[in-house]
Formats: sequence, C-alpha cells, structure tokens
Amino acid sequence: MSGLGLAIAVRHLLARRRQSVVSLLGIVLGVGFFLSISALMQGSEDDFIARLIDNSPHITIQDKYRSPHRQPAEDAYAGGAVQVLRVKPETETRGIRGYQRVLAYLRSLPGVTASPVLDGQALVSFAGQDKAIALSGMIPAEIDRVSTIGKYMTAGRILDLAANPDGIVIGDQLAKDLSLQMGENLTVSATTGQTRTFKIVGLFHTGRANVDDGQAFVALKRVQALLGRANRVNSIIVKLSDPGAAQTLAARIEARIGYKSVSWQEASEDIMSLLLIRKVLMYAVVSAVLVVAAFGIYNVISTVVLEKQRDIAILKSMGFHARDILRLFLAQGAMLGAAGCAAGLPFGAALMVAITRISFRMPGSRDLTYMPVSWNWVQFAMAASFAMAAALLAAVIPARKAAQVDPVDVLRGGT
Amino acid sequence: MAQVLRAAGVGRMLSGEVPVTLVRDASLAIDAGEFVAVTGPSGSGKSSLLYLLGLLDRPTTGSVWLEGVDTSAFDEDALADARLRRLGFVFQSHFLLPEFTAIENVMLPMRRLGRLADDGIETRAMALLDRLGLDAQRDKLPSQMSGGQSQRVAVARALANDPAIVLADEPTGNLDTAASANVQGILRGLAHEHGRAVVVVTHDRDFAASADRRIVVVDGRIQDAGEAG
Repeated sequence: MSGLGLAIAVRHLLARRRQSVVSLLGIVLGVGFFLSISALMQGSEDDFIARLIDNSPHITIQDKYRSPHRQPAEDAYAGGAVQVLRVKPETETRGIRGYQRVLAYLRSLPGVTASPVLDGQALVSFAGQDKAIALSGMIPAEIDRVSTIGKYMTAGRILDLAANPDGIVIGDQLAKDLSLQMGENLTVSATTGQTRTFKIVGLFHTGRANVDDGQAFVALKRVQALLGRANRVNSIIVKLSDPGAAQTLAARIEARIGYKSVSWQEASEDIMSLLLIRKVLMYAVVSAVLVVAAFGIYNVISTVVLEKQRDIAILKSMGFHARDILRLFLAQGAMLGAAGCAAGLPFGAALMVAITRISFRMPGSRDLTYMPVSWNWVQFAMAASFAMAAALLAAVIPARKAAQVDPVDVLRGGT
Repeated sequence: MAQVLRAAGVGRMLSGEVPVTLVRDASLAIDAGEFVAVTGPSGSGKSSLLYLLGLLDRPTTGSVWLEGVDTSAFDEDALADARLRRLGFVFQSHFLLPEFTAIENVMLPMRRLGRLADDGIETRAMALLDRLGLDAQRDKLPSQMSGGQSQRVAVARALANDPAIVLADEPTGNLDTAASANVQGILRGLAHEHGRAVVVVTHDRDFAASADRRIVVVDGRIQDAGEAG
C-alpha cells in the first residue's frame, strides 16, 4: 500500500495547497534556525574548547596525592594500626620526587610531550615598588613544546632565557606597573629570604590580566636555587597529540606514578558543566521553533482528517485496513517534514554562511574576529531528525483519529 | 446456484443510555446470480442490514456467512480483506475520491489488493469504464462528471476486484430518471449476465419490482423474504 498511500497523501496535501505551504514554511524556518543557531553555538563551544586545550596543559602532574599513601605499618599490622592526629611532620622539601624518572616514563609514551616546572611565590621590587608574583621556573628549550606562552611574546623570546640564565620574562602589564623596560634589572625575593637580580629579556601579553601583571618566567635552575628546592619540581606539564585522550591517560599516569594527574577536562570541569547546560538550553530553545512549526502540520492534517471522513469511510469499505489509514496520514506528516528538511537545510546553510561573514573587533585587538560556526554533519543530522520527529509526532494524533473512523457512522449520515 | 451470502439470526443493537435495535433476528440466504431488492420504510433498518451483510458492521447477535465461511470470528483486518476480495459497494452518493480521476478511482481497490501488475490494473480499469460507457470520462475528476456518470464510475470501482457480491445502498437515489434507469440496468446485468449476487437497498418501487426477490424490512425485522412481484 506504500505507493498508493503516498499517492493519496500527496493528493490530500495538494488539495489544501495554501495551508500545506504555510505549514511547510514553518518547518523550513524551524529547520533553518535550528541548524544555524545550533551550528553557531556548537562552533563557539568548539572554539572555546580549542582555546582551552591550546592554552592549558593537557595533563598537569602535581606534587600531591589524591588520597594519602598507605603506610607500611598498615600493611604489616592489618587492623592494628591507629591514626594519630595533629602530628606535625618534619619539614620536608616538597616536590615531585625523582621527577627525572617520571619524565623518562612520560616521554616513553607515544604522542606525549612533557616538561618540568617549579612554581612558587615571590616579590619583585623596582624603584621602591614591590609586587607579589607567581614565579615559574622551566626549561626554556622545552617550554614552547608544552605551553603557548611563546606565541604571546611581544618582546624578546622565551629561548633568550637559555642564553641568559639570569634573565626573566614578565607580563607587559607588570612591566608597565613597575615602569620597567626590556633590558632593565629587577630584584626578585623568595619566601625563603633569598634574593636575586634578573635582567628582563622578554615581555608577553596574553590578554588575561592576572597573568599579564602577576606572572614571570625564569630558568628552572634559578628558581630551584631561589626557592631552596634544589633538584625539585612541583609540576610536570604534559601536551598530547590527541587532547581528547587526556582523561584516560591522566588516570593511567596517576595509577603508575601515584602523583595527582589532572587532565584538562578535570581542571575545567566547571566550565564543561556550564557548556553542557548552555547546550541543553540552546537545544530547548531551537526545538521550540520546530514544536511551533509542528502545530502547523497538526493543523493541516487534522483539517484533512475532518474533511476526508467520507473518503476514509469509503477506503475502509473498499478493504483498506486501519493501519493503512494510519500510515496514509503519517505519510502526510513525513512528507511535510521531509520537504521542510529539503528546503530548510539549504536555508540553514545559507544562514550559517551569512553568520560566518559577520565580523567585529574585540576591544584592544587589532584583528577582526569572525563568528565561529560548526559545519559538522551532526548539526545537519540533528536538525533533520528533530524536524522529522516533530512532523511525525504532529501527525500521530490526527492519523490515529483517522484510523479509528467507523465507516458505518460516516455512511449513515454521509449522503 | 451456489449460496454466496447467508445471515443467520443476525441482530444489531446500539448500546447507550437508551439502547437502539437496528436489526432483529434477520435470517436470509442469497445465491450467486441473484438480484435482490431490500425495501421498507425510512429508518426501518435496510441500510443497517446491508452494512451487516457487507461486513462493514458487526452483528451483536447471529452471524454472517460469506461463501460458506462464518465471519463472526474474523478480526478487523480479516473483515477488511474479505471486503477487498469478495465484496463491492455502491452508495447513494458516489463517494469517489475527489482528487482522483475516474480511472484512478477505479484502480484504487486493485492497487490495494496488488494482485495485478500496474499495466494489468490500468487495462482492467479501462475495460470496466468501457463496459459502463465511460471511456471518454477516464481522465475526468468527479467534479467534472454528471451524477449518473459518477455513480457508474462508483459501480466500476465496486467491480474492480471481481467481487462475488455487490451491495448497493440507494444507488439511484440521487439520479434523474434516465441515469437511474441506466444504473438499474447495469446492476441487473451484473446479476443476470455476470453471475454476481446483487443486493440493492431501494425506495424505488419499480426498481424493487424488477428484482428477482424482494426483501421487506419493517422495524428492523425481515417481514417478507419472498419472490419479487
């Protein structure tokens, strides 16, 4: 009955051409807006995550444990060990023990680039002014492979720290606050009481205020000496060729070395949750457009069912089954949905092209920024699926009513 | 002649706050090639009896036998299949699908049955229209045809799947004298020349008188199932 049912369905829709076209337009607009808005939102999310992945370590190995190590006494005297609280441990030089071995292990993993970092707090002084900063000690030759700081340099290079071990790279805002310029010296004091003078060999501008006015980079050895933590690092930055594998690999690394290994997903859990909520809200809003359009289809098919009571009765008297009638009207919903998708997807794609051409200049930026749009086929498939589902759901109620028509009731009063 | 349709103690009651009895204890048998008229006053239950005989409605008592098979155990799909294969209906109003041409309307039951290929369906539909003098109307919509022509298309549609029984409910009720005579002749010919059982509900005395047998229904009961006078 499929060909016959489609033929009848087409004639029914053509018989109510104006109403069918109006409901079709609803679906076309719904699909178009669904596609363009969801592609824009997905594009901005992809762009945001790409920046997040690009600008953060994919995995950070920290000098702490997620849960305390099991003590040997606990193993030796199972059930016999007692916990003694408020016992101050002997002062210990914190850091990742045997970080060279950890680095060797990490570098043996495929697609992994790792570099050690020692972070600490320090005070910079210049011309009677003091400012607290975060001081990062790293290996200049390696840092470009695991960090994007190199691309934010506005003067000098990170690699200049290798040529000048007493060099320092600071944020441009910090330089401005302290009225410092390239080549000038500044004094850095650590919490240990150690003080050292560094020469400014580079300036960077990331656009993030807390980094630009509160961060400085120095060669690892110098920071180890300044902080009194020789041969220690307190984090290892890891970059992966496949950032998507960070979560799995972080768990694997942590299981192997014991130190807390935080993937970029875990570090950005709050942001990822926000993105998820944003996505749910966005789909709820754009789906509402299609739900409104589905009412148009419901209206057309309900009207056809009401008008075609006699036709339904005669088809049933001829031997059409109730399910044939059901399919006949569902087919009308499906045809409106399919036609809506056929016109709505190109319309949505045109809207997407128009959106990608919108440009604006971010405050403080010299470059034009364009709206990010995701051209992923998933957006097209979702728009089509939502539209078809909405159209079919809209057709279900009138189609069921049509299938339940009792031909005798209609024929008795239908002359 | 072989018996093609039989009703045994058939009754139909509409339930509700006030139950209404449409047909009471109707028993009759119809043979192939027999032309039977069902008459009676308006509201006497003639059409209701026809719907029960045509398996469009289910009796509340008794059962209908189609070509020797008791249909009381049939589900809705089996009843629909029986209507599709063995029964043809003609109603007072032609009830043609308005968006379809004459030939497309005739092809509908054949396409639903799917026994013939598309070419065969068109050939048979054309032959039926030719037989009823409608070859010039094949591509006309119902709105472009006269009442008599439309009713003849409805007869052609009823014959599409070569049914054993044709049931007609006031088939000439909306036609002028000439068209009515034409349709009467066609229905009579179906019984006498083509061996089909034809059951016609009619108010037309002359039409009823021309039948092989006249069944009179009063207040839902068959009062007389005798020979036509």
